Amino acid sequence: MQGALAPEVKAPTESAVAVSFEIRVRENATMLSRVADSLYWMSRYLERAENTARQLDVTMSLMLDAGNASAETRWQRFVAALGNPPDLEWSGDLDEMARRIVFDSSNHASVVYCVNGARENARQIREEISTEQWQRLNRLFHHIHSPEAQHQARVSMSDVLASILDGIHLFKGVSDTTMIHGQGWQFIRLGRYLERSYSTATLLEVFEPDLTQLSGLEWAGHEQARLEQTGQEQSGQELAGQEQARQEQSGFRFLEQVGLLRCCTAFEAYCQVYTADIDADRILEFLLLNRDFPHAIRYCVESTLHAIDSIQRTGGRRPPEELRASIGRLHAQLGFTTVGEILSGDAAAFLHSIRKQCMSIHEQIYRHYIQYSIQSALTV
Amino acid sequence: MSAGPTAELESLFGDYPLDHAFDEMRSPAGDIRQHYCALAETLARLPHDELQRRKQSADISFLTQGITFTVYGRDEGTERIFPYDLLPRLITAAEWERIERGLTQRITALNHFLRDIYSDARILNEKVVPKELVYSCRQFRRPMRGLQVPRNVYIAVIGSDLLRLNSGEFVVLEDNLRVPSGVSYMLTNRRVMKRTFPELFHNYGVRPIERYPQLLLATLRSLAPEGRPEPNIVLLTPGVFNSAYFEHTFLARQMGIDLVEGRDLVTHDNIVYMRTTDGLKRVDVIYRRVDDDFADPLVFRPDSILGCAGLFNAYRAGNVTVTNAFGTGVADDKALYAYVPRIIRYYLDEDPILPNVETFLLTEDKERKHVLANLDKLVVKAVGESGGYGMLIGPHSTAAQREEFARRIEANPRNYIAQPTLDFSRAPCLIGDRLEPRHVDLRPYILFGDKVSIVPGGLTRVALEKGSLVVNSSQGGGSKDTWVLQG
Repeated sequence: MQGALAPEVKAPTESAVAVSFEIRVRENATMLSRVADSLYWMSRYLERAENTARQLDVTMSLMLDAGNASAETRWQRFVAALGNPPDLEWSGDLDEMARRIVFDSSNHASVVYCVNGARENARQIREEISTEQWQRLNRLFHHIHSPEAQHQARVSMSDVLASILDGIHLFKGVSDTTMIHGQGWQFIRLGRYLERSYSTATLLEVFEPDLTQLSGLEWAGHEQARLEQTGQEQSGQELAGQEQARQEQSGFRFLEQVGLLRCCTAFEAYCQVYTADIDADRILEFLLLNRDFPHAIRYCVESTLHAIDSIQRTGGRRPPEELRASIGRLHAQLGFTTVGEILSGDAAAFLHSIRKQCMSIHEQIYRHYIQYSIQSALTV
Repeated sequence: MSAGPTAELESLFGDYPLDHAFDEMRSPAGDIRQHYCALAETLARLPHDELQRRKQSADISFLTQGITFTVYGRDEGTERIFPYDLLPRLITAAEWERIERGLTQRITALNHFLRDIYSDARILNEKVVPKELVYSCRQFRRPMRGLQVPRNVYIAVIGSDLLRLNSGEFVVLEDNLRVPSGVSYMLTNRRVMKRTFPELFHNYGVRPIERYPQLLLATLRSLAPEGRPEPNIVLLTPGVFNSAYFEHTFLARQMGIDLVEGRDLVTHDNIVYMRTTDGLKRVDVIYRRVDDDFADPLVFRPDSILGCAGLFNAYRAGNVTVTNAFGTGVADDKALYAYVPRIIRYYLDEDPILPNVETFLLTEDKERKHVLANLDKLVVKAVGESGGYGMLIGPHSTAAQREEFARRIEANPRNYIAQPTLDFSRAPCLIGDRLEPRHVDLRPYILFGDKVSIVPGGLTRVALEKGSLVVNSSQGGGSKDTWVLQG
């Protein structure tokens, strides 16, 4: 089979070889710091827009089920997962709130603000990205600013969010297929995975109390203990009612947990690994420590490390030792631990430290590649 | 073969007006000029909707390529598609030969002039050009005195504006010796036109212009400081808000060089570096698209953040080439323009091949009186301005505007010149589904490194508004592809 399909390979002719020597090649693949900065932020902004759009979609669909969390609680949790940006206090009108988080360009957490930011960064480095990338991003930009999108939002916000997510996915696709996989592309990856590590860690931190306090059967025991503590006498009827309520509670809990997975597009991937047995410990394990799932923090950190190594290989004069050590430390932390260890310790603090480390990695990227002092660069 | 229009052409022409202004396509009697016959025949043969289809497909091509420019003074929609006309403007081999010789002569003389006034100032001492005119020019850069410029090339990248008068003769309206723009439109127009009229293009035998970016790169390389055999060449842009930003990105991409902003550059020990992800990298040649004023806050305007502090000292030390050199604006000053024929005679001992437009200097009492009395017939221009800003077009002006300009002229006569309102040539444009004549100029692009080279073509700018004489893109002008025909 292979023989039949493989095209005949011709050895290069003499003249082809001779010509290739005359072509001038730019001596190395380093790039302007400003350009790297713009690529990095273009990518971060798009990742952020994607994250916000998807979480909003999941939150709105969760609100359809009553559950024990009020709309306000859910909204607050959603806002907390975005890092508590200002001016998003619950007004009681979900549609209005949703429109604000999507279309209000004066709000720095909004999807449109992030898309604007990505496009503005791309515009400043128009010569560095491919035409396909520019056109995709432009199309997304014009779409989100179009009156049709506004109109569509009144009919179905979910459709608008889906079209925005599509646009972002298309952009990522053409970025991977039309751009040289050199330094610029690596800075795009750097922005994407650092932003994703950070936002997933934030999301898990917000959900952490729900996940760790009660898991599965423990919840029933907990409830029983609470009742016993209060010393209430219970009739058979009451017990039956509680049983039903408990069933329903666990139904809602299931929805919540699936919601968390869907915020990271992780539900189907999770099922492939663990089956549809949704369990808090496993969710945490999957989103934190999985090596192969692109939204898991460990995967993201590993990709960040790879990106830094590739950038180092194409540049090469100034080894980023401090930076590499920081990413390596976080990578090792995630690689050599178990979810049991995390849960038996202070899980909240662990998640918080991931966020802090991401911030510090960002600062070191800046110090090393973008805003270094002249003296430090001249001495190398 | 020169023939009267056929029935199909008649319908395309409609009531196409012909008057004393030179028409590029038709003789005063209405006949089609010989070199336009093939174009006319093609137009006549094309079904009407086919022409519109091609127009649309060309439109889309411009849109998706994002060929835009920025209009100042408006908040919204600052990116505009550069308007263009579908029909090419044709220039015969003989006409081009004269233009090419004329421009080579003119640019060579102007470069001599710049070298002279920034060193011995012979031409001023011999009173061929008045001292006051040069030293009072805002574009005269005192720090350039006595500075050795690589290969003595002050002006490496030039775009001169030509007009064709009633007689059919080309004249030079102005020389842009600072940072001429528009060459990207010349190149993209050609790319789109080749797709729009492939057969016609092929049959005409049009001379190619596509290697301009390569020529520009070779020109820049030839001006590199000595001892830098593999120079790092960059294009310095004021940034994304500049009206020609598209062109800057276009040229950088076409040449494969880095597009830098002032904030990317630092100087240390009189060497210019750019900040890269791999540390500082030495810069050898800067093709700058930033005006003198903004290039170095230590020497020029101190409030500029577009340039690079210390650039001028590095330049003076010979560690970096900046092109065009600083202070070249003194030679395209609109008042100095009147002296260019004398400058050509002085340095080259030749008569100018391309004449000037008659120009009144308002510092001369007699000429000023004449101008003030005839403001309604003349065009008055501020000498330091370009891009069609700060202009009075007499016949199209109101009495209030004329009074305002009269006042300004009296207050500062050195700042203005006046020229007769020119009936420059018109070329047919596709307006709606008809051909209508519109005023056009021609801006060829000249490169000066080892020698003067001009790609056969240029940007034909069109005053797309009916009757308008202003072709500047910032003032609602458009462009056409320019086909220089093989001999």
